[in-house]
Amino acid sequence: MAISFEIPERIRQELQMTEALASGVMRPEARRLDENEHTRPTDFIKMMWPVMRDQQKKALDKLAAQSEGEAPKREGPGIANLRLMHMVEMLSWGDVGQYLCLPSALLAGAAIEAVGTREQKERFLRRFAEGDEPVWGAMAMTEPGAGSDTSAIQTTAVLDETTNEWVLNGEKIFCTNGKLALEESNGVVVVWATVDRSAGRAGMKPFVVEAGTPGVRIEKVEIKHGIRASDTASIVLNNARIPYDNLLGSAEVRQRDGSTTGFKGAMATFDASRPLIAASAMGVGRAALEFVKQVLADAGIDIPYDKPYHELTAIQRDVLEMEAQIKAAWLLTLRAASLLDHGVHNSLEASMAKAKAGKAVTWVTQKAVEILGPMGYSREWLVEKWMRDAKINDIYEGTGQINTLIVARRILNYSSSELR
Amino acid sequence: MISFTPTDEQQMLMDAVRRYSTNDVRAIAHEADESGDIPASVLQTGWEMGILPGNIPETMGGFGETHSAVTGALAYEELAYGDLSVAMRLMTPALVAIPLVLDGTDAQREELLPLFLEETPPLMTAAFIEPTFLFDAHHPQTTAVPDNGQFVLNGKKAYVPLAEDAEWILTYAWNVEQVDAFFVQRSAEGVTVGPREKLMGVRALPTYPVTLSNVRVGADCRLGGAQGANFPRLLAHSQIALAAMAVGVMRGALEYAINYAKERVQFGVPIATKQAIAFMLAECAIEVDATRLMVWEAAWKLDQGQDATKEAYLAKQYADKAVLMVADSAVQTLGGHGYIREHPVERWLRNARGFVTFDGMAMV
Repeated sequence: MAISFEIPERIRQELQMTEALASGVMRPEARRLDENEHTRPTDFIKMMWPVMRDQQKKALDKLAAQSEGEAPKREGPGIANLRLMHMVEMLSWGDVGQYLCLPSALLAGAAIEAVGTREQKERFLRRFAEGDEPVWGAMAMTEPGAGSDTSAIQTTAVLDETTNEWVLNGEKIFCTNGKLALEESNGVVVVWATVDRSAGRAGMKPFVVEAGTPGVRIEKVEIKHGIRASDTASIVLNNARIPYDNLLGSAEVRQRDGSTTGFKGAMATFDASRPLIAASAMGVGRAALEFVKQVLADAGIDIPYDKPYHELTAIQRDVLEMEAQIKAAWLLTLRAASLLDHGVHNSLEASMAKAKAGKAVTWVTQKAVEILGPMGYSREWLVEKWMRDAKINDIYEGTGQINTLIVARRILNYSSSELR
Repeated sequence: MISFTPTDEQQMLMDAVRRYSTNDVRAIAHEADESGDIPASVLQTGWEMGILPGNIPETMGGFGETHSAVTGALAYEELAYGDLSVAMRLMTPALVAIPLVLDGTDAQREELLPLFLEETPPLMTAAFIEPTFLFDAHHPQTTAVPDNGQFVLNGKKAYVPLAEDAEWILTYAWNVEQVDAFFVQRSAEGVTVGPREKLMGVRALPTYPVTLSNVRVGADCRLGGAQGANFPRLLAHSQIALAAMAVGVMRGALEYAINYAKERVQFGVPIATKQAIAFMLAECAIEVDATRLMVWEAAWKLDQGQDATKEAYLAKQYADKAVLMVADSAVQTLGGHGYIREHPVERWLRNARGFVTFDGMAMV
């Protein structure tokens, strides 16, 4: 190996197509969808469904072709995560709210892929690989009383041995695409519930809840500061019965020894999802930065890369700092995704990227509004929307503080009980 | 293909330099800072690692396959992790060797590059910075005026490492419409080396002001001959070298602060178990890695033969701020003890502040 920042040709080609979609389909709709919250980005969904569907089909068919127990073939490091992060960055450059409505299994898919059996993958994911109607997957973890502290979830799963069904009860909030998955398509939601409250994390298990399950209700969809095109649902589970085999992984509860597969499974999906959130943040950040530079250039103000500090104007200094912050966060993100592709454990690097990207994009977009003055603050332009959209990146998939805590534990070699 | 793994050869070099920094350099760094001098034996051991000869291509008589900014950056981080004064003093010959590799004429390379492969380094340095807050690397006030096939140099330079003992000083000056570098003999008429400068940090690195008053040099003393130098690229190499050294300083400071915070008990617990301390250190860790990646990307671009003006500029700006933040956090973590010179963190804070000023004082 050698240190290299060469983006594979295939990704560069894909990016060209994604950019056409982002600028041609997403940008023109961005303002309207922001002003009309809960309106669906139908053009984007229509265009993306066949792409996402065919990708899922390829993955499932590949799995089906393998004989039982055979490990997936690896031909050196892949580029799956690298591809995904570049695509997510570009789509988010187009519009984060729309990107989040991407019709695919998404986080539910990640959980099913991570711990599901072959049978479960086929049963739950095939719907994302066929048909003309888009399908969504979602993950429901957060509860009114369990935000950053996921181990505090109260939703219960009790086994009814007479019918061999799990009975779920509880309330889930902030579920991205929950309504699209359960009410607007034949999708699935991976619901985290505890089979034993006294066991803490060890009792937490992921369950697949399918659309149409009786006892599952969308209580409300949130009205939000930004990413208004994104569907953020509250789900109430009231004696919702699902088959025993909808449990992902083992039902076994091991005591508090940290060796639990269920919670670890959730944490492992974060290793993959956090670099993507960071990439999404970078897309919004780049949109704001490019826009600011364009407006400045139109006014005859260029950003120099060869001037000493004392010759730079305040605006030039700000823009240079915006650019440096985005580059720094982007490179951390690139590393986190690349390590994943190389099969290297990346939770430290993923949290570094996420913490940095969330903070950087928040600052960069706020600065963009400031620099552009009255027009930056105006809803005529997208800059104020980008600032509102950007903030979510420092919150979801672990707030900046939670990711900083993870970094701190790792560099100090402390467990979660040693550094609380 | 994206990769963050150095080659085996690079890793071996990094390991060797890290051993030197950890064992030889750290042992003398405090005393060197206090006394303003580095033991000759430590410098000799450092020179014998062959960092510079290894980065001079075989085709030019050196020991390396090619010249690589990435390889240089990796080594410089490890060196500065030991001590910044030692790193800059040890690599002072690179201020001349690397510009020769990048922009020298064949004749200049043939005459001078072999000197860098000797058992002791040649007495050569470079004069870049000028003693004013209005200094602009791209428009130095020092001038080189063509005159009858020669150049006449006038101006004031500062922060010239090892100038007192140097035989040659590669001097940067404004030449009609671009920045060029000229080989000036220390003994030439009109060259005055002032008394050693007294700086806030890098106190073990002797630096001097140099005044040039109607100094005449031949046309063959212009780096790159008739073509001159590709100054923006030279500056990029310098920015990357300095930013890489900043990463080394940051890494050392963070590591020290982490170890201290885990051992220091207050309120009955190690202070590292307090989020106020732990978060500060985590943020530092993120900045160390982010800065390193910016350095690597810029260096990689240069090695690809691409224009890295922007990447190097941003990396240097970023590093200037990050190194100060991390060094300051290290002092803060140690509290009152951090302010005492027996701990190295206050030295690292003094050294860290210098990076914004150090333009042209390292070359990779």
